[in-house]
Amino acid sequence: MSAVSYGMVVDTRTCVACAACVIACKTENDVADGFSRDWIFTATSGSFPNLEMEIRSERCNHCEDAPCVSVCPTGASHYGPGGTVQVTESKCTGCKACIAACPYDARFIDPRTGSIDKCTFCVHRVENGTPTTACQEVCPTKSIYFGDLADPESEVSRLLQERQAYALLPDAGTRPKHFFLK
Amino acid sequence: MKRRQFIRVGSYGAAGAAVAGGLTTDWYGRYGNPIADPGTDGDRVVPSFCELCFWKCGILAHVKDGRVTKIKGNPKDPLSNGHLCPRGAGGTGLLYDPDRLKKPMIRRDERGSQVFEEVSWDAALNEVGENFERIKAEHGAGALALFSHGYGGSWMKHLFKAYGSPNIAAPSYAQCRGPREVGFDLTFGSGIGSPENTDIRNARCLVLIGSHLGENMHNTQVQDFADAIRNGADIITVDPRHSVAASKSRWWLPIKPGTDTALLLAWMNVIIGEGLYDREYIETYAYGFEQLAEHVKAFTPEWAYPRTGIEPDVIRRTARAMGAARPATLVHPGRHVTWYGDDTQRSRAIAILNALLGSWGRKGGFFVPSHLSIPPYEYPGYLPHDDQAADRPAPSDFPLADQVLAQGVCDATIPGVVGDSRIKAWMVYGSNLPTTLPDPENTFKAIQELDFLVTVDVLPAEIVGWSDVVLPEATYLERCDELYAPWWREPYVAVRQEVVPPMYDSKPGWWIARELGSRIGLPEFFPWKDSEEYAKTRLEAAGLDCDVMREDGVIVGKPGPLYFEEGALPEFYTDSGKIELYSPRLAALGFDPMPTYDHSALEEPPEGYYRLLFGRAPVHTFGRTTNNRLLSEVYRENEVWVNRDVARRWGLEDGERVFLQNQDGKRSSFSAPVKVTGRIRPDAVYVVHGYGRRAPKLRFVHGKGIDDNELITRYKVDPIMGGTGMNVNFVTFLRADAEEVA
Ligand code: SF4
Ligand code: SF4
Ligand code: SF4
Repeated sequence: MSAVSYGMVVDTRTCVACAACVIACKTENDVADGFSRDWIFTATSGSFPNLEMEIRSERCNHCEDAPCVSVCPTGASHYGPGGTVQVTESKCTGCKACIAACPYDARFIDPRTGSIDKCTFCVHRVENGTPTTACQEVCPTKSIYFGDLADPESEVSRLLQERQAYALLPDAGTRPKHFFLK
Repeated sequence: MKRRQFIRVGSYGAAGAAVAGGLTTDWYGRYGNPIADPGTDGDRVVPSFCELCFWKCGILAHVKDGRVTKIKGNPKDPLSNGHLCPRGAGGTGLLYDPDRLKKPMIRRDERGSQVFEEVSWDAALNEVGENFERIKAEHGAGALALFSHGYGGSWMKHLFKAYGSPNIAAPSYAQCRGPREVGFDLTFGSGIGSPENTDIRNARCLVLIGSHLGENMHNTQVQDFADAIRNGADIITVDPRHSVAASKSRWWLPIKPGTDTALLLAWMNVIIGEGLYDREYIETYAYGFEQLAEHVKAFTPEWAYPRTGIEPDVIRRTARAMGAARPATLVHPGRHVTWYGDDTQRSRAIAILNALLGSWGRKGGFFVPSHLSIPPYEYPGYLPHDDQAADRPAPSDFPLADQVLAQGVCDATIPGVVGDSRIKAWMVYGSNLPTTLPDPENTFKAIQELDFLVTVDVLPAEIVGWSDVVLPEATYLERCDELYAPWWREPYVAVRQEVVPPMYDSKPGWWIARELGSRIGLPEFFPWKDSEEYAKTRLEAAGLDCDVMREDGVIVGKPGPLYFEEGALPEFYTDSGKIELYSPRLAALGFDPMPTYDHSALEEPPEGYYRLLFGRAPVHTFGRTTNNRLLSEVYRENEVWVNRDVARRWGLEDGERVFLQNQDGKRSSFSAPVKVTGRIRPDAVYVVHGYGRRAPKLRFVHGKGIDDNELITRYKVDPIMGGTGMNVNFVTFLRADAEEVA
């Protein structure tokens, strides 16, 4: 493999659902009031007192077979650097076809522009000399890992080899590049 | 679906962040489709330290076109290590809160009516100065009390010491950490302090008792907690609620509220009985082991079981896990520990358990902190005064209280409660007493008795509405404060710098204190030009480079040995010079020299009532941040956690709004949605503290959720140090449509 393939790995064992990643993303990316590009999902199973809780920090999965890209009539949604999924604001008409197509509910209309917004994997940082995404950088538990999935030596690749991991809706045929460590 | 459940749509009005157009730049067209840089990198980056809570993490504030765009962790700072909690990352929500106090104000109608006139600083300060001088002339300096919370309060404390009042109180003592400090001091000869000297990151067994790391977001502790998880530490969480920490634990012990000391005694019983304790450590450093061994003999796991609800087998197995990992077993001392009025003794039990495990001064237990000594700025010594604080009826009451009791000062304002009601006037700095001191009706009663009340604050909290004069302070991003050189893993000093100039007509605390000082004849106590010159002078006197400080925000010294095994000195500043398992000091004062547990003192909830417990959400520092619109996008209203079976019995649906009413018939002012969950015991309910706000000018949070403090009409005072145990109230549900009925 040669081309860079950016991916993200979140450790559900250490994430505490504090949402620092949500706040940091909002200020880093000037996300519209009332919206966010990442969010926290918690699921509790069992009943008192035998309970388990899983916590995940989630965002756009930057799928390799992204339904939002294939459905976009204008080419605004496209594959960008490192195989990330990006949206070109000037080409987006706000038709919302991609919102309907995304099985992860990662997209929303920025009311200030009328066009789609979502996680960019912080390409403005990672392609510009800052190796971390904003959510990764802030995380007090260091639960977010970001890097090149195509490089078997990268931290994300090693984690996926060493630990049990899963992706969301693996059967949706989207080939997500966002993984969660058990 | 998921995101929309978590992030609710909020509106932010004038506080809205930068505009979409203009600031965005298309940064290279390599991919045909240009990608917009959000353009939030500052053209200036200013290091400082955070004040969204009191942990004081080092930050880097990005400023672009005069606006703070984002706040990052300062990688050089030993507390943040480059990471922040959500509150720290959301500091701009405070800076740009449209509800901020903007101008000095003087009350123009009866107290509490919230009718104010905006005035000049000169007029406001003259009014305050005249009242301070009058109070001193008529009643003596001790008639003026200060309540303070937050780092900027140091300037006001200095002003009060110069003025000559002994009544300087902080609710962070008797309403929060006090019992822990006294309990550990009695045992090891030193308290825990803040930041805590807990070596969480190296613990191989971590025991959390009602301490919810992960919801309580003291940044470094949470960072270390994650390290402990990664290292595979055995985690034991004791909590009536399945906290986030409990979900990370190998053991969750859903204890019956109020019975923690019984569990701690049973653990000691097993640890001593099975020889799991650190014999050599105890023989070398401890005093009173024989008495303790004898004392805990009766407290078997079988004895504890009916009291705590924790099965004997679980008590034994967790005790063995603690013993197996010692001395890297940390029984965390907690932080907010004023629960049941026996809190010093419970903290003592925690300290003794740590001593048995040999964890004090050991890796994975409690490290030995060091600190940088910075010479003071030269100013005249405070004038001597022999006035006693007015916070307790007799000096022999609460004999081990080593700080002024905030509720005592409040009581001493009401005629007939504490002796002769010597307090006539208050200054309140950054501490919203009606949501902080228990029994707010009592606080309002005291306020009505005052001759004069001045508040210094950033937001129009409840206490502001009751004031005679309101002084709007600049936020932490707009001011330079006292240097911060805590006792920590490595000695260091951090500086708080002005990131942007104060907005509106707000002023920094140092300036307010100095201006008041000059109006009441104490100018010689404020010889500095400004806080920057003050900080610079101190740094230079310590031989530190001010330019490095300005650039880096911190200067870190050489760490000393952290553990006894590395050469740290095992010094115990108790009377015996040893770790006092048996406390002769407590015995001499007529208290139990070793912790006991009295089950008959534990009140049961009346039929249909549930014990009211309160805590924290990770994005909030109680009421200080609940008006922060940015943070509130993640958590904007508290919920009442109700056990699933209880909810079924009441027919309560998830999300249905209820009012709470306590055992004394006190009903919450507002309602909150029910969270039906398996994550809490059936005998308790839980809310996040800081909601149900009544201050109308907190336009965002006003009326949202339930204020637990309103329902804390009863509290149990710790006889040893005067802490107010507040988990002793019971509540029942009123459906929200009962509003008209009641
Ligand atoms: S900042 Fe880190 S710990 Fe907090 S919710 Fe996000 S991923 Fe989890
Ligand atoms: S990678 Fe960047 S854009 Fe995506 S959620 Fe994290 S901070 Fe937001
Ligand atoms: S823990 Fe959070 S709020 Fe407290 S000082 Fe650190 S970053 Fe600020």
